[in-house]
Amino acid sequence: MAKTLTQEFVKGLWEEIPPFRLVLGLCPTLAVTKSVENGIGMGVATAFVLVFSNILVSALRKIIPAKVRIACFIIVIATFVTVVELLMQAFTYPLFLKLGIFIPLIVVNCILLGRAEAFASKNGVLASAADGLGIGIGFTLALGALGSLREILGSGTFFGKAVFGPAFQPFSFMVEAPGAFVCLGLMLCLMNLAGKK
Amino acid sequence: MREMIKMVVVLTVLSSFSGGLLAALRNGTQERIEYQQLKFVKGPAIRAILKGCSNDPIVDRFKIKDGDVERSFFVGIFDGKPKAVAMESIGKGFGGPIGVMVGIDVDADKIAGVGITTHSETPGVGARAKTDPTFVAQFKGVPLADTFKVKADGGQVDALSGATVTSRGVSAALTEASAVYKRLKPKLIEKLKTYSK
Repeated sequence: MAKTLTQEFVKGLWEEIPPFRLVLGLCPTLAVTKSVENGIGMGVATAFVLVFSNILVSALRKIIPAKVRIACFIIVIATFVTVVELLMQAFTYPLFLKLGIFIPLIVVNCILLGRAEAFASKNGVLASAADGLGIGIGFTLALGALGSLREILGSGTFFGKAVFGPAFQPFSFMVEAPGAFVCLGLMLCLMNLAGKK
Repeated sequence: MREMIKMVVVLTVLSSFSGGLLAALRNGTQERIEYQQLKFVKGPAIRAILKGCSNDPIVDRFKIKDGDVERSFFVGIFDGKPKAVAMESIGKGFGGPIGVMVGIDVDADKIAGVGITTHSETPGVGARAKTDPTFVAQFKGVPLADTFKVKADGGQVDALSGATVTSRGVSAALTEASAVYKRLKPKLIEKLKTYSK
């Protein structure tokens, strides 16, 4: 393990930023990024679950028998997802109403199981926490960026506030499902161009 | 064999911990979640019905046992006196149950206002019960009757054109609300006394 904690953290922000580099977790990426607020809300919820599930999985990695590890990971993840769901209902109810079914669906998000299996079950607690935080923040940034693009072009607003004059005609294609695919494709394209050596 | 026992033990312990944690969290947040749900789902209807009251009707709520069910009442305080209560009753609509919030002026036994909380009626047809304010406005100030019926059925309610089933559902909810109110009035008055200053 030559990598430092900082490296583990930073790699989630660019090198392995989930929806764009790993191309994982696309269900929420495509479905909830109709606005910045939804995107960031979803990202924060996922990051929270990711950090805690990584920590717990890593702490229990010596106890969990290899044959039932996936079941154990899912129990840990599902527990934290339910925690997030209850907390969101209690404190940010309007956001909970908007995200709806996608909160419980974090359980089946590939990023979580992927990080638990590929990283947390093989590394120490601190490294896993840094990894979870990095990937989680990367996911939030990606969803935020996608959400901004779609909200600005699709509804002419940013965080619910109008950015263009009243003459602006919303390009409503962007807030529909096909717009999500097109946006994601363009983002991937830009990321690949930028990453080309 | 040893491995098998270990698998069972680890999974059982992990699941029990998860269950215990979630049960505790649920108990802890239940009250807040209930308040949030009332505020964001039923709040707009309650506030519209009890317009001008000096308190927060969602905080000043109480429950009365009505046979097997408990009914919630929301108190509206006007000029320092609890003059109106709002309660919800359910009517059967075209697409499912319609939640109807009924405000009752306690001194005069008149309807103070009616609002739709939840429904799954057809947009543009039955959903106008919620979106078109003129439909619910017809009930304001109407004395409580034993039955509410749409005009086509020989009653007094102006139905929404093209949405007779929805209008019947709302009328049935009003009929139920007035029956409940009459049945519980003595207890209701007792409870309301505690709110006057």
